[in-house]
Amino acid sequence: MNFIAKFLSGVQEITFLLWRSVKGLWKGPRYFKETIAQMDSIGVGSLGIVSLTGFFTGGVLVLQAFPTLEYYGAQSSAGQSVATSLIRELGPVLTALMVAGRVGSAISAELGSMVVSQQIDAMRALGTSPVRKLVTPRIIALLITLPLLTFSADLVGIAGGGLVAKQIYGLDTNLYIQSAKFGIAMTDIIGGMVKPIIFGGIIGLVSCYKGLNTKGGTVGVGRSTTSAVVTSSVNIIIADFFLSKILQSLFSATIF
Amino acid sequence: MTLDIEVVHHHHAYETGETLVGEFGLPAIEFRNVELAFDDQVILDNISFTVRRGETKIVLGGSGSGKSTIINLILGLLKPDAGTILIDGEDVTDFDDQEMMRIRKNIGMVFQEGALFDSLSVYENVAYRLHEEKVDEEEVEHEVVRMLQFVNLEDAIDKMPSELSGGMRRRVGIARALVGNPSIVLFDEPTAGLDPPTARTICELAIKLRDLEDVSSIFVTHEMNNLEYLSSEYATLDRVGEVHFELEGERLCLLNTEVIMLKQGDIIFSGKDEQLRQTEDPYIRRFLRGK
Repeated sequence: MNFIAKFLSGVQEITFLLWRSVKGLWKGPRYFKETIAQMDSIGVGSLGIVSLTGFFTGGVLVLQAFPTLEYYGAQSSAGQSVATSLIRELGPVLTALMVAGRVGSAISAELGSMVVSQQIDAMRALGTSPVRKLVTPRIIALLITLPLLTFSADLVGIAGGGLVAKQIYGLDTNLYIQSAKFGIAMTDIIGGMVKPIIFGGIIGLVSCYKGLNTKGGTVGVGRSTTSAVVTSSVNIIIADFFLSKILQSLFSATIF
Repeated sequence: MTLDIEVVHHHHAYETGETLVGEFGLPAIEFRNVELAFDDQVILDNISFTVRRGETKIVLGGSGSGKSTIINLILGLLKPDAGTILIDGEDVTDFDDQEMMRIRKNIGMVFQEGALFDSLSVYENVAYRLHEEKVDEEEVEHEVVRMLQFVNLEDAIDKMPSELSGGMRRRVGIARALVGNPSIVLFDEPTAGLDPPTARTICELAIKLRDLEDVSSIFVTHEMNNLEYLSSEYATLDRVGEVHFELEGERLCLLNTEVIMLKQGDIIFSGKDEQLRQTEDPYIRRFLRGK
């Protein structure tokens, strides 16, 4: 019972934080400079690991799928199989998980240390709202950069798959590209960009919430960092299932 | 537990209640029957006190006695369960964060460890409030230099907080709190963990604010030497504008400093430091002797 009460009050507080950070958008002061700085550290800073993850994911997809495709004589659709699984599922989810690990932990550790060293109190005492100054720019930065990162992971992933197909299985690159091109529908791309927006929101909200609610000194900072990564990762995977379901029924109703 | 201390009301220093308003205007800070509890734990139990204009109220008490809570209540970082809090005569008890922002503009806050923003330089820390208000950079610079001169740290202007010693961090914290000339300054154990000479420097800054700038303040501490300095010394300016510290009794008697002592959320003493030293209460005597 206690657990359920705690869970519900957590949900309530996160919703409240979301509301306050959204409210910070259409009433000044706005923090453009902070938002740009966060986009740089979150977006540009994560580009390397996200691309690397995408590259090897695309590679391993081909590595594992090609023998099966060959068995059914469908080698030519290797491009399609890599592109659809990357764009629909693996790109958004893996990118979000990598960013949750890299950025979510950094956000909650930074905000957590600021709580512990009373910098958040100082900020409020000096007349600034920490939600506006710290939370809103981080969430906005994640909402904008995560789709872009996902896009780059998808692209690099497809390229990685192509490279493996060519180098290991000797598949013609043109054939691979053609197959990928015809295999992807507009709905895949839309769905693949909607997901990271939601995931970005999850990472930002959860990490800021965990950071701002740090208790118990430096040990608490460690705890909230761990909890931020675990909670946002689990929520990303759960949300991915339901998002896929929603997108599926949405698109099958309108387009197909 | 029975205490053989007279509960002293805030009018005691002045014979008549009217002069309180007449001579000094509305009190800077007033708590009326403030109560606060977290779950089952009582933090403040029906606390009432007043800080007059230009007065320094030293709040003594052991850890967990509710000292710092008083400061958080004044800033509106916490809200009381019951009672009223007035700042400059205005009832701020039910103010939301937005309304408190206006009140906080007039309050300077000095945190225990300085609470400087790690990512900002000393200059940017002190300038924080002015930068937030988008003040002209030339004016900001002038103000920052003036404040750093007040705390005697002009040389540290371009340093980062990580390069400063504990005492320097507190002084930068004080400079940051004083930007915008607040009429109320709150000190939350500003000398905790500092060596005695550095602690003295911090106390001297508080004395200067009290006697030369006419600032009202609350000085939360559990260190006896802080009480000693603040309640027995005053600052004066000589003809060339140099600051001097003199002992009470040489020429003047200190009227603008009083002490309240907290124990487990209750005010167990309120009055002058001389009265505190004469009390028979065993807890207070032990506290004063550091045993």
